[in-house]
Amino acid sequence: MTRKKNMISRWWWKILCIVLLLFTFIKGLLVKVPNLPALEETSRNLFFHVAMWMSMMTLFTVSMVNAIRYLRTFNLKYDIYARQYAVVGIVFGLLGYSTGAIWMSYTWADPNNKLFQSFDALAREPKLIGAAIALLIYFAYLVLRDSIHDMDKRARVSAVYNIFAYAMLFPTIWIVPRLLPSLHPGGQGGNPAMNFNDVSPEMRIVELPAFIGWTLLGVWITTLKIRMSLWKEKRLTA
Amino acid sequence: MERKKIDRMKKIKPLLSLLVVLLFAAVAQAQNVAGESSFGQTMRSNGRIYVVIAVMTTILVGLFLYLIRLDKKVSKLEKEA
Repeated sequence: MTRKKNMISRWWWKILCIVLLLFTFIKGLLVKVPNLPALEETSRNLFFHVAMWMSMMTLFTVSMVNAIRYLRTFNLKYDIYARQYAVVGIVFGLLGYSTGAIWMSYTWADPNNKLFQSFDALAREPKLIGAAIALLIYFAYLVLRDSIHDMDKRARVSAVYNIFAYAMLFPTIWIVPRLLPSLHPGGQGGNPAMNFNDVSPEMRIVELPAFIGWTLLGVWITTLKIRMSLWKEKRLTA
Repeated sequence: MERKKIDRMKKIKPLLSLLVVLLFAAVAQAQNVAGESSFGQTMRSNGRIYVVIAVMTTILVGLFLYLIRLDKKVSKLEKEA
């Protein structure tokens, strides 16, 4: 009985993740979306492409919090947490980027031209450049962290850099793209996904579960990675 | 030595397959001389719903590849222990 209870208390959010993502995939394809000529059915990508970025931002936030926790306690456990959350955050960022590339090819690109001819104009998008910079900063975090052999020094330097990287996330993906004219929603004004006027009430029903579901999936993958590295660490020191 | 080479090949394989897919996509794009390629026309049919399918597939394939990599790492650790 206690074991069963333990199972539920450990698994409830994983079950929630599965339920929410199943809901996202089924309801996300069935829900009625407003017929916008520029987007048509592709606005359903809100539950997938945008959710990737939401997930990435949450994972990077948790990573930064763990970096601060490391600097406060100097417990190497938090250093491992910070690193693994950052890695999975990068994976979701890359997925967001590649899905964005697909979406862009059929909304922004001129169908009368070849795709690479539109590339010149599309590559100038401030949102794309900003997101690329943010991801590159996090790549540098991994390079920096893995290039230092001394464990304590590595943890300390990478924790400080992690906080810096998170501070750079704000201007690169939230502030600068919104100050410049852009094809991407949210250029020069507001957050499109979180704005109540921009998302129809029907889509809103799927939107939040999608964001939470994908984020929980990211956390789930990260916990597996954390468990793996903690075990590895324990075996090395034993 | 030989085994190392094979291992390396195994690592490169997914990258190679990705390149092949990209090549096909490029060829599909290149065929478009006037207007859009047949691939592009399919993608734009039915209110461009196939774009959503492509996005969903990309995410799933990406996460699966990542999980396979993680799985292999765990197996390697288990073998070492």
